[in-house]
Amino acid sequence: MNDKATLSVDDPFAAAMAAEDIRGRSLWVDAWHRLLKNRAAVVSGVIMMVLLLLVVFGPMVLPWEADFTDWDHTSSPPSLETRHWFGTDAVGRDILVRTLEGGRISLLVGLVATLVSLAIGVTYGAVAGYYGGMTDRVMMRVVDIIYALPFMFFVILLMVVFGRHIVLIFVAIGAVNWLDMARIVRGQTLSLKNMEFVEAARACGVGHNAIIRRHIVPNLLGVVIVYVTLTIPQVILVESFLSFLGLGVQEPMSSWGALVNDGAQDMESAPWTLVFPAVFLTVTLYCFNYIGDGMRDALDPKDRV
Amino acid sequence: MNQEGILRHAATRFLGLIPTLLVLITIAFFLIRVAPGGPFDSEKVLPPEIRTNLDAKYHLDEPLLMQYFRYLGQIVSGDFGPSFQYKDWSVNELIRRGFPVSGTIGGLAMLLAFVIGTLTGIAAALRQNTMLDYGVMGVAMLGISIPTFVVAPLLILGVGVYAGWLPAGGWDWSWQRMVLPVVTLALPVIAYIARLTRGSMIEVLHSNYIRTARAKGLPEYLVIWRHAFKPAILPVISYMGPATAALITGSVVIERIYSIPGLGSYFVQGALNRDYTLVMGVVVFYGVVITVLNFIVDLLYAWLNPRIRYDELQ
Repeated sequence: MNDKATLSVDDPFAAAMAAEDIRGRSLWVDAWHRLLKNRAAVVSGVIMMVLLLLVVFGPMVLPWEADFTDWDHTSSPPSLETRHWFGTDAVGRDILVRTLEGGRISLLVGLVATLVSLAIGVTYGAVAGYYGGMTDRVMMRVVDIIYALPFMFFVILLMVVFGRHIVLIFVAIGAVNWLDMARIVRGQTLSLKNMEFVEAARACGVGHNAIIRRHIVPNLLGVVIVYVTLTIPQVILVESFLSFLGLGVQEPMSSWGALVNDGAQDMESAPWTLVFPAVFLTVTLYCFNYIGDGMRDALDPKDRV
Repeated sequence: MNQEGILRHAATRFLGLIPTLLVLITIAFFLIRVAPGGPFDSEKVLPPEIRTNLDAKYHLDEPLLMQYFRYLGQIVSGDFGPSFQYKDWSVNELIRRGFPVSGTIGGLAMLLAFVIGTLTGIAAALRQNTMLDYGVMGVAMLGISIPTFVVAPLLILGVGVYAGWLPAGGWDWSWQRMVLPVVTLALPVIAYIARLTRGSMIEVLHSNYIRTARAKGLPEYLVIWRHAFKPAILPVISYMGPATAALITGSVVIERIYSIPGLGSYFVQGALNRDYTLVMGVVVFYGVVITVLNFIVDLLYAWLNPRIRYDELQ
């Protein structure tokens, strides 16, 4: 066993290293411990891991293809005998496989659209906050103006205009969802830019863009992680909202929103077509919200009591 | 309080609405116009002469910039033009028909959300870290997480179809048909307001002047209502703006599920049919509604918050 305490006795340099090591880790480890103490967040995290594994590997293991129509069992209720554990829809497609494949799309949209909004929001906010003055005022005024617009209607408008392609869903949702991120990042940047290490970088002759990229953005990590966790469920919700209205992903692709829409059509005769995708969607949103809340409590030094 | 300050603040904020609306109209107009496919592209191919006449009638043959300024002029005079898809209907008529329905549902939902949300939030704050608190907050998190379009079919199925207590859909201005849509629409907003109120109430209850009020022997209900309530609902007031937007957006789904002939259902129909003027009309109309309500909320906030001094707002 490598014991640092014993090492440090005869090697002052190693001792310094070890101390450095502990101090360097402590902020994140601290946050991690706080997060682990939050029972709701931990349970949510575990559930999400299981769900993620199911969604990724489930369709490979299960005996049905998502678009396979089992004419012997149309609209059949969940049963172990037919091997349709969640039942089938009106044309005999297996609900379990469809729910899991729909989950892939929903989660993918959640991740990618969040990354899009992350990229735009962080860049915009960091630039506005760092340059300050007139640039800042104009840029934030633009955010205020866009903020006041009916956001969902614009996503729908974008979908109508550019067609209902999956890539466009990522971009459309990301493109209108970056405002909060920009505001938060700007606020953080304002307080960071006068710190000594930024001044030191400037004194060394580092350019503005490099300062933003190398010194400002890495220090925004904590806030950004919290906010990303809270954005993912929002984005999943927006996508399912669109798909529910028939404006999102198109057949043969499916997402939880589209499946809930299908299920709502014949819920009186086959309620299981509605219930299973609805439960998966709700559980996902619920868990992400709890994880996000937990992350904020763990990482946000303001709320630390 | 400084009367002139309030007026000056209101005036500046009011002038600030203009660029917002201009940006709104401009983005919507150009987005819709770069869209591939026009309103007359569907179904059958029209003879070129008729096509030319139609384009001329709706000014689609003019340069884009001309159309834009023509549209701006029209909107300023309050005319959204004819609908492309609903023949014989102008967009104004459609809005006049649809908005009273959507507005009623939205207004009632907002009222319900405000009353129930603040009350449960205060109750949770007063019993912080008890079972009641955890229960309310757990339910509130559920309310935020379950999408409206999941709650609505479940409510229809449970209350409408199986129990048969209320009609499952349709619209005739009777209260029975309003209950389910209003409740469904209000749920996420109730949840959000409850969380907000709880948070700010707890903060307010820890402040010094509340301790003073208690120390001088004021009964607890007076401490809450006379001293804590107003500052505690300030965050709720500023949430009213986004809440309006959420309710309007939610009504699009609600109207579709409950088959309600409101503005939201026209919008979705228009979006699916590429009905330029209708989609534009609804976006601009709702944009105006939201910005004006935001403006009112902003004034209300400034008026309620004694810490804001109007001469500093300039």
